[in-house]
Amino acid sequence: MPDSAVLPTAEDALALGLTPEEYDLVCEKQEGPPNLLELAMYSLLWSEHCAYKHSKKLLRTLPTEGSHVVMGPGENAGAVDVGNGLVCAFKVESHNHPSAVEPFQGAATGVGGILRDIFAIGARPIAVLDSLRFGEISDAHPSSRSRYLLDGAVRGIGHYGNSIGVPTIGGEVYFEGPYEQNCLINAMALGLGERERLVRSAAAGSGNTLVLFGARTGRDGIGGASVLASAELGDADTDEDKRPTVQVGDPFEEKKLLECSLELLERGLIVALQDLGAAGLTSSAAEMASKGEVGIDLDVAKIPLREPGMQPFEVMVSESQERMLCVVEPANVEAVKALCEKWEVNSAAIGTVTMTGRMRVFDGEELVGDMPVRALVDDCPLYDLKPEKPTAPIYAPPVATLAADTPPREALLALLGSPNIASRRPLFEQYDAIVQSRTVRRPEQADAAVLALEDESGLAVSIDCNGRRVAADPYTGTVEAVLECAANLACVGAEPLGTTNNLNFGNPEKGHIAWQLTESVRGLGEACRALEAPIVGGNVSLYNEGATSGPIYPTPVIGMVGRLPDARKAGRLGFVRAGDAIALVGPFVPSLAASELAKLHGEALPDGLEEIDIEAIRNAQIAVREAVRAGGLASAHDIAEGGAAVALAECCLAGGLGASVELAGIAAGMMANLFGEGPGGFVVSGGEEELRALGELAPVRVIGTVGGAALSIALGEGSLSATLEELTDAHTSLRELFP
Amino acid sequence: MKFGVIQFPGSCDDLDALNAAKRVGDAELLWHGERDLKGADAIVVPGGFSYGDYLRAGAIARFAPMMETVIDFANDGGHVLGICNGFQVLCEAHLLPGALLGNANRRFTSRQVELEVLNSGGSFTRACALDERLSIPAKHSWGRYYADPQTLAAMDNAGQIVLRYAPGENFNGSVHDIAGVSNERGNVFGLMPHPEHAVDELIGGSTDGLKIFESMRMTVEGVHA
Repeated sequence: MPDSAVLPTAEDALALGLTPEEYDLVCEKQEGPPNLLELAMYSLLWSEHCAYKHSKKLLRTLPTEGSHVVMGPGENAGAVDVGNGLVCAFKVESHNHPSAVEPFQGAATGVGGILRDIFAIGARPIAVLDSLRFGEISDAHPSSRSRYLLDGAVRGIGHYGNSIGVPTIGGEVYFEGPYEQNCLINAMALGLGERERLVRSAAAGSGNTLVLFGARTGRDGIGGASVLASAELGDADTDEDKRPTVQVGDPFEEKKLLECSLELLERGLIVALQDLGAAGLTSSAAEMASKGEVGIDLDVAKIPLREPGMQPFEVMVSESQERMLCVVEPANVEAVKALCEKWEVNSAAIGTVTMTGRMRVFDGEELVGDMPVRALVDDCPLYDLKPEKPTAPIYAPPVATLAADTPPREALLALLGSPNIASRRPLFEQYDAIVQSRTVRRPEQADAAVLALEDESGLAVSIDCNGRRVAADPYTGTVEAVLECAANLACVGAEPLGTTNNLNFGNPEKGHIAWQLTESVRGLGEACRALEAPIVGGNVSLYNEGATSGPIYPTPVIGMVGRLPDARKAGRLGFVRAGDAIALVGPFVPSLAASELAKLHGEALPDGLEEIDIEAIRNAQIAVREAVRAGGLASAHDIAEGGAAVALAECCLAGGLGASVELAGIAAGMMANLFGEGPGGFVVSGGEEELRALGELAPVRVIGTVGGAALSIALGEGSLSATLEELTDAHTSLRELFP
Repeated sequence: MKFGVIQFPGSCDDLDALNAAKRVGDAELLWHGERDLKGADAIVVPGGFSYGDYLRAGAIARFAPMMETVIDFANDGGHVLGICNGFQVLCEAHLLPGALLGNANRRFTSRQVELEVLNSGGSFTRACALDERLSIPAKHSWGRYYADPQTLAAMDNAGQIVLRYAPGENFNGSVHDIAGVSNERGNVFGLMPHPEHAVDELIGGSTDGLKIFESMRMTVEGVHA
C-alpha cells in the first residue's frame, strides 16, 4: 500500500457520495482501506454520472445496431454512415446542475464538453443544437430566476459555439413549473469524419506514452461529477457554495485543441484519444485503460498546473476544461509535442501504458495511489430499479393563465404568444447558425435543420421532447418524442439514420421516478426499433429535483439525424405560393388532453395518453418524406403544440402568406379540432393533385387554400380570422425578454 | 488572381472566405505566425476570434508576424479586405479609421441585413451599382462602428463610407448606419457583415456577397466595370 498519513474513514466515503456498502466493496477490492486519493477516484468513477449504476441495465434493452451504424454506444460519440466514406458523429449530453448553479459557464462548458466528444473520435464538429427547460417566464407568473437562467444559458451557449466557429443550427425550449429549481441544459453536437480515420479511446501498446494536452490543470470543477451531477439540488444558499464546482470555459483554448487534435489524427501520430470531461483525468485515464484491458502509470508531478501546491488527488479529480489525453508510440512523442507547440497548446508526457491491469498514480518517485482498473471502472455495483406506478398525481396542476371560456380567436393568439410556442428568434439570433457554410435550413425555415454535404446530399437533424406529455404517460410520451423527431426529418425529406438521447429524470431511488424511467426507456426502444433509427449514444442525467419544486417532468430528450439525397430539395415549413391547396395528412387524432391549451387553462395532467399506432404514423411520415424529395410539396410542417390551428398559423408566418381553411369534424368539439394535439399529423401545401396523391400511404384531407393577408378558419358552426399582423404580434412575445 | 486568407488560431470564417475567394480566383491560407504572402495579389483578414479576443477584438492580432507583412503590403498599395473580426483587426492596425464598439443591444446578434452601396467606384464595390442593395448576413457582438465627427466628415467627402445599413437594419447602433469603410487611398476595406456567407443560393439564399470578391478580382486584374 502507498503511504498515507491518515486514512479516510467510512464517514469520509459517505461525504463523497458512496454508500456504506459501496465503501465496504472498495475496501475489499483494495484489500484494505483506500487512501484519500484512491477514495476520491472510486467515489467519482462509482458515481451515478460515471457508472450509470441505476440506468445501465435499462439501457441494455435499447436497439443499438442498424445498417448505418458505424460506432455505437460506449465511445465518446456514436457515428452513422453518410456515404462517400464519411460518417456523421453525434451525441447529446446534459449540463443541468452546473447550469442551475451558474447558467453562463454551465451552458458554455456543456457545449465545450459535447464538442470534445465529437473531435475525440476524429470528426470535425459541424453543428450544435440545444434543448433547454426552465420554470415559467410568462407575465402571468414570472419567475425572475428562470429569466436569469434563460438569459445566462443562451449567452453561454452562444459565447462558446460562436467563438469556436461551430454553428448552432437548431434547438428547443420549454417553460414549465417543475423545472423552476432544476433547469435542463442539454447540448447536442454533430461532426463529420472519414470512416477510415475514426479513432477509439481504448489505450493500447505496453510502453506507449500518455500525453496530456490542452489547458493547464487547476482547482476548478473539483467534485463536479459526484457533488453536482449525482445528487439533488439543495436550496439557494448551499447551491451558492457549489459554485466553485462549476468549470470555467475558454472557447479559444478549445478551438486550438480541436485543430490540434484533428491534425494529430490526420498525421497518424496517435493511437488513441479521449477527452477529459466529468471526473477529469481520473475518468479519462481509467476508461482508456479499461477499454484497452491494460494498466496505466501516471505521474501527477509532470502535469502542467495553474497554481502550485495542488495535492495529487486534486490533480486527479480536477475538471478543468479544454484538455485531451492521448496514447502515443514513444517514437512519435516529439512530433506530437511539436504539433502542440504549433497550435500553442500545452503538452506533457505524463505516463505510460502497462500490462499490470492497475491504475498507478505517482507523485514523482512516490507511489500515491494503486488500484485495479477493473475495480475502478467495471466493478461498481449496478442497482435494480424498483418501479412503482404512482397512485396519486406527482405534479401540481399548472397555474391557469387563460379563462376556460376564451373564444377560439383569442385562444389562438394566446397560444401563439405563450412561451412554449412563441417565436424563438430572440434566442437563436444570439447564435451563429451559418459559419462553415453548410446551413441550408435554419430555425423557423423548416421543421429540421439541414446541412449540405459536398456531394449535394443533405444531413437533417432535429431535437425534441415534450416533457408534459411524457409526465402524463411516460411510455406514450416518449414514443411521441421519437415520432416527433422523425416527423421533423420527414418534413425536410430526410429519413432517420440514428438517434441519440439524454434521459433527464428525478431521483431513481424513488419508486415513481423509477417507473417513469422504466416506461420511458421501453417507449424509446420500441419507437426507435419501429423507425429503424437505432440509438448510437446518449447520456443519463438523474436526481433532477428541486428542494421545493419536486422532480422535473420526465424529459427524455431525443436527437435524431437523417439524410436526404438532394439538399436543394429540402422542405420548408412556410407557405410559398398563393393558390396552393392545403391538406392535413396523417392518422391525426387530436385531443385536448395534456395539450398546450389545457395547460393555459390550468388543467391537471391526465393519467395516460391515447394509444398510438406507430406503423400508421410511420407510413404518413414516409408519404410526406417521399413527396418532399420528389418536389411535390411546396411546404410541410408537422402538427405539435397548439394543434392544427397553431401549425397553420406557423406556416402563414414563415411564408408571409395567409390561408383560408375549414377545420371541422376531425375531432369531437370545435376547440379540439383547432387546438387538439397528438402525433401523426402534418400540414402540407402544394398542387391539389400532388396532395391527393399522398392518400396512397396516409389519410389526406384537403382543407383549404393559401392566400390573402389573414388566416381564416371556418369551423362548421362559426369561424375565426386573424391578420398576419395580429399573428406576428402574438408570436413575437419573447422579444421583450431580450431588449 | 490569387487571394491570401490569413488564418489565426481563433479564425472561424477562414475556410468560408477561402472558398468564397476560390469562386472568383485562386486562394490560399496564410498562417498568422509566418510572414510570406506566398504571392497573393490581395489579402482577406477573415472573421472569428483571432487570438480569443478576450482583451479587445483584434488588439493582439495586429501584432501577428503575418499582419506586419500585411501592413507593409497595404502601405505599398496592396488590396486588403477585412471581414468582421478582420475589420476590427484592420482598425486596430490603423489601416482603417475609426473603431468597433460593443453592439447597442449588448448581445451577439446574427441577422440577414440589407446594405446600401454608397460608393460603387472603389476597388471593393466596382461590381455593384450605386445605391444597389445587397443582402448579406451579419453576426457579431462588437460591430458598432464609431469615428469622431471630423473624421466622419472627411471620410464622407473622400467617399470612404462605402456601405451603409438600409433603414431599419442597423441593429448594432453604428454611427451614420455605417457598415463598411475604406481607407483614404481606397485599397483597404473593412465591413462587419459577411460577404463570404452570401455566395451560394443554396446556403443563405443570396449571392450578393460574391460581388465584393468579384470587385477585388476586377481591381487586381485591371478590369473596369
